[in-house]
Amino acid sequence: MRLVNARPSRGAAVALAALPFLAVGLAYAIASAARLAANPADKLLPSPSQMAASLYGLAAVPDKRTGDLILWSDTAASLGRLAAGVGTATAVALVLGIAIGFVPRVRAALAPLVAVISVIPPLAVLPILLIALGLGEAAKITLIAIGIAPVMTRDVAQRVAEIPAELVVKAQTLGANTWTMVVRLVLPQVMPRLLVAVRLALGPAWLFLITAEALASESGLGYRIFLVRRYLAMDVILPYVAWITLLAVASDFLIARLSKRAFAWAHPREAS
Amino acid sequence: MIRKLAGAVLASTIAAFVAAGPAEAAPKKDFKVCWSIYVGWMPWGYLSDSGIMKKWADKYGINVEITRINDYVESINQYTAGGFDGCSMTNMDALSIPAGGGVDTTALIVGDFSNGNDAVILKDKKDFKDIAGQRVNLVELSVSHYLLARALDDAGMAEKDVTVVNTSDADMVAAWGTADVTATVTWKPLVSEILKDPAATAVFDSSKIPGEIIDLMVVNTETLKDNPDFGKALAGAWYEVMTLMTSDTPEGRAAKEEMAKASGTDLAGFDEQLATTMLFAKPADAAAFTRGADLPKTMDHVRNFLFDHGILGTNTTSVDAVGMAFADGSTLGDAANVKLRFDPAYMDLAAGGKL
Repeated sequence: MRLVNARPSRGAAVALAALPFLAVGLAYAIASAARLAANPADKLLPSPSQMAASLYGLAAVPDKRTGDLILWSDTAASLGRLAAGVGTATAVALVLGIAIGFVPRVRAALAPLVAVISVIPPLAVLPILLIALGLGEAAKITLIAIGIAPVMTRDVAQRVAEIPAELVVKAQTLGANTWTMVVRLVLPQVMPRLLVAVRLALGPAWLFLITAEALASESGLGYRIFLVRRYLAMDVILPYVAWITLLAVASDFLIARLSKRAFAWAHPREAS
Repeated sequence: MIRKLAGAVLASTIAAFVAAGPAEAAPKKDFKVCWSIYVGWMPWGYLSDSGIMKKWADKYGINVEITRINDYVESINQYTAGGFDGCSMTNMDALSIPAGGGVDTTALIVGDFSNGNDAVILKDKKDFKDIAGQRVNLVELSVSHYLLARALDDAGMAEKDVTVVNTSDADMVAAWGTADVTATVTWKPLVSEILKDPAATAVFDSSKIPGEIIDLMVVNTETLKDNPDFGKALAGAWYEVMTLMTSDTPEGRAAKEEMAKASGTDLAGFDEQLATTMLFAKPADAAAFTRGADLPKTMDHVRNFLFDHGILGTNTTSVDAVGMAFADGSTLGDAANVKLRFDPAYMDLAAGGKL
């Protein structure tokens, strides 16, 4: 049989998928053991048990100074900021995207502006953001929102513009005015696409969140990583990175599930 | 910063593969030293550029490469990871990062202590006690944080009376300009820049805890033990520059001018920073300070601060985990795990003219 036609069975596929992860884990374990053999107090490549102990300390032992369970208070702070930023961006993308995509006069007025804003690197305007909004929560949430909203808006507007003209004409012959069409025709059509846009924006949103928390902060996952970097505590940094990865994968999965549940018609092939 | 972090992880992983075995203790010829921008460390840049380092290295038949690293914490991490044989850092960071990370480290040269370089600054307030209830922007877990803890202690307050906000030193001056920031703890030259604002008042500074924030040149203890010539060359070059820059001669002024330029200021600005730095220009003074009875007391303050903030490692259960040794052979903490040594031997050699 030719190589391109050899399909792995379901079990084999799972095993093949696990293989690279195991290889990375093994490589780490070997390197870590080698460094720890040379210097048992080495901080660069902590052993899995050291990382587990640190993670336990962060998740289950109240902090000496604040009495908080650090992992959970950091997670709550970061997820709160992420939700506020992504939520704002989603609301802006939905309202602005529909207006730009559906109303020609709004499109003429705003589409070029949104297109230009979407190519400005948000980190380049960071000093302006800081001066305008200070170092507090507002600046962090705004950085996330500014970072992802323009692209999401363009995505939604594009999807709205792709709604077949026949549907719009049909709605009008049935007596719909602009507002009715927005609510009854456009909104249901773009909702699944909006959720896709949110999923795609989550990666950049995490990046902006971590960046914002590195600037000035007193809690958060990014804050903790930059704080313990000062004393090279890789036993904290590596579990935090794994935790962020897990949160990101879980939120992506949940939005995908939500989309399938709420808009089954938009996932005809996947629904089985 | 994220990229730097990723780079560090990658580099260290590769380094661990390449150099899996324990560092072989053998005499070597090539040494690497790093330093970062700070008034008390500018001589390292000068003695490298001016050829003074090469002169002393040649005398002992070795090579010493001196590298400036822009990010202070990164320079310490690089030293701790084994990328350098020596590095400039404060007493507190030497204890928390390399010593806490199991890298046996010797304070080869005690260069100076901060005597006003680090300050607590309030906006529109003139009394330290007004800090109560405020959000204080500072580089958390740094000497700034330590200074704040000592100042609060002096005023009969505790850290829970304020909210500490971790802020990068790179953003500190810009942050001061925003309405959110009403209190900060930082160091010169940032302090000088912030104090240009008429609303800013320095309400506490390191001159009130003299000798506690110490600037060192530390080297790997094992490397030093196997290669005493490395220590001799560094000490020789350092004290030659000290003599030069404190001499009231045109050459001395020229040297200081070059250091001022390298730190982004002019001679007047540099002299202003030097004025609040207790520089040990004479090796005998540095050695006497290292032998002083106050040093173990200071290091006890420092290690308690570090332990209370969980900086000696999240798994550390005792303040005694990392041991320190002093000039008279006494130790603090775990005597079986001494990782930070204050050793005046090379300063003594310089003082006795034996280099």
